[in-house]
Amino acid sequence: MSSPAPAAGAVSLTSLDYYSSDPYKSFVSSHLQSCAAAAGATMASQDHVPGGQLGPKILQDISAHSLPSLLMIDNPGVQAIAATGALVPLTDLGVDPTTGIFPGILAAGTYKGKVYGMAPSVNSIALFYNKDLLTAAGVAVPKTWADLTAAAKKLTTSAHYGLAFSADNDGEGAWHFLPFLWSNGGDFLHLGDPAAVQALTFESDFVKSGAASKSVVSWTQGDVNDQFAAGKAAMEINGPWNIAPLDKLQNIHYGIAPIPVPAAGKTLVAPLGGEMWTIPQTTPAQEAAAAKVVTCMNNPANQLAYNTDVVQVPTRMDVAAQYGQSYPPIQSFISEVSTARSRTEEVGALFPTVATALETAIQAAITGAASPASALKTAAATVAAAPAP
Amino acid sequence: MTELARRARVETSPGAARNSRRRARWSERVAKWMFIAPAVIYLVVFFAYPIVKNGLTSFQNYTTSSLYTGKAPFNGFQNYRHIFHSGIFGKIALNTALFTIGSMVGQFVIGLGLAVFFSRRFPLNGLIRSVILLPWLLPLVVSSTVWRWMLDQDNGVLNNVLVNSGLTTTRVPWLTSTTVALISVILVNIWIGIPFNMVILYSGLQDIPTDLYEAAKIDGANGLRTFWHITWPLLRPVVGVVVILGFIYTAKVIDIILVVTGGGPVDASETLAVGSYNLSFKTFLFGQGAAMGNVLILISLVFAAIYLRMNRGTFSETDTR
Repeated sequence: MSSPAPAAGAVSLTSLDYYSSDPYKSFVSSHLQSCAAAAGATMASQDHVPGGQLGPKILQDISAHSLPSLLMIDNPGVQAIAATGALVPLTDLGVDPTTGIFPGILAAGTYKGKVYGMAPSVNSIALFYNKDLLTAAGVAVPKTWADLTAAAKKLTTSAHYGLAFSADNDGEGAWHFLPFLWSNGGDFLHLGDPAAVQALTFESDFVKSGAASKSVVSWTQGDVNDQFAAGKAAMEINGPWNIAPLDKLQNIHYGIAPIPVPAAGKTLVAPLGGEMWTIPQTTPAQEAAAAKVVTCMNNPANQLAYNTDVVQVPTRMDVAAQYGQSYPPIQSFISEVSTARSRTEEVGALFPTVATALETAIQAAITGAASPASALKTAAATVAAAPAP
Repeated sequence: MTELARRARVETSPGAARNSRRRARWSERVAKWMFIAPAVIYLVVFFAYPIVKNGLTSFQNYTTSSLYTGKAPFNGFQNYRHIFHSGIFGKIALNTALFTIGSMVGQFVIGLGLAVFFSRRFPLNGLIRSVILLPWLLPLVVSSTVWRWMLDQDNGVLNNVLVNSGLTTTRVPWLTSTTVALISVILVNIWIGIPFNMVILYSGLQDIPTDLYEAAKIDGANGLRTFWHITWPLLRPVVGVVVILGFIYTAKVIDIILVVTGGGPVDASETLAVGSYNLSFKTFLFGQGAAMGNVLILISLVFAAIYLRMNRGTFSETDTR
């Protein structure tokens, strides 16, 4: 394909992401535009599709060889897309994607030893708690699994549940279960092991004891936050993107704490969330300009400005520390990100299969269709039988 | 001069005449092809190609990399073996059968009842009839999302009504129980399918001559006998259309299930269509997804063949009469 003649030396770039609604859409668009201008390029078009449609859209663009010059991918998907050969390794284009970056997110962007994606911001999930309800019930902020179980039980009344989380079968169920699985020493390739069974027993017991709604199997994390915001759950597991919407509500006073660990002294291993910018194969001129844009979006000043807009965690460790000092509510998330693990670190492109099998097991345990042990045994067998991607 | 003169000049030479006849025949043949070309091109591009491609994909190890490189090694029947031995294929097939039969029976019975009801004359008949079409006019994602909220166990309006009116004492776990979830998606699909059944059956009822009913009345037939001996036999061809189209529309339903339950909890409401979607677009096993899709296509084909046979029977019956 021949490139269109550059008008007066300016390279025109295109982009695709899933920020289809404001405020994120305008934050991201303006950061991309200013970085493109600094690179001597213009953003000719910026496409935004709803979250669920980005995957199919990328697959279509891959098969039609019509990927944009800047492509946003949710971090668990980067390795699968890189495996197709459609992306350019960032170091080939003179980008330094490694210095001072949190190791978890670096691993998510790495495929076969090469880095393909950079994220200006990352996130994870933490425990949001309703200060008024905890005070009224005389409950301290839980730090261990035993604390959380006791607190959830004590905070459950006819008006509200103790805890809300997602156990859906569309990706978010696995996402909310991972802190329990990983902090207890479980991993994707040994789902039938006691560590995993303990974690699933712990999570499903909230529903069995009535401390969490049976509806968790149909709730997305958006639904979970609606329950928390409406005062129908005293605690929830959720991410930092809820901070700004919750702050707007007058009648809810909440705090954020790291997700409780199996026992005092254990390390929390939370899953890493966040979107990475990658550079698909286009023309040399576009790739070079896109590389400049990615570098620009990740320089310290821009990472700080961007994360102040989106209220998430900068991927540069020094910038994260700086942001944490100026904005304390984000502190719990920053401490989690430093030990967080990417969902593709253990199994790479096999992650979608693992997540689907895991979510089937979670739902089986919660609905009582199978015991946690037998549900996870089935999941482990499914993962073992899956063809290598 | 022009046309007449030109023809006269051409017809003077016999060789030219033969030529022009050949040319005319040739152009006639071209014209014939031109007339059917749009239909043929349309069928090849939008039907033959996708079906052949889907068939091929189901025998390939087709991954995300295949999309970029176009390379996908053939792996024989491995995809089919995988889906048949996955341990849930039987469950998915049973779910598909229950979903299809349950939905069709519900839609048909209620649709027929409403069609008979609206074929009487009463005030506001037209207005109410058009309101009943509403489920058909709403985008499926919108109505399914609203149903998902209404069916919520703790806060859903349906359970509030049931409990407050004393119809049930406990809240029904519409979307959260592995035994109830399939029933819930069937109920939602029945609600969506009623207008289609009603409209077709209603138009079928309009075609039945009223003098037959008058004759039956004179003979002293009651309502049920009239329905059984006049309405039902004359409605049968329309019923055949409703049943076959209903089957095809129902067996492939995916959007409603994806939005309302996502096929869950566990695999309680997973059908062949949902399973095929999940394999292709959640776990990116395009070969296995295509294989499961082909199973669904085969089942639909069998049904279509049965329908065509049945139809031939009714046509020859009509001919001899």
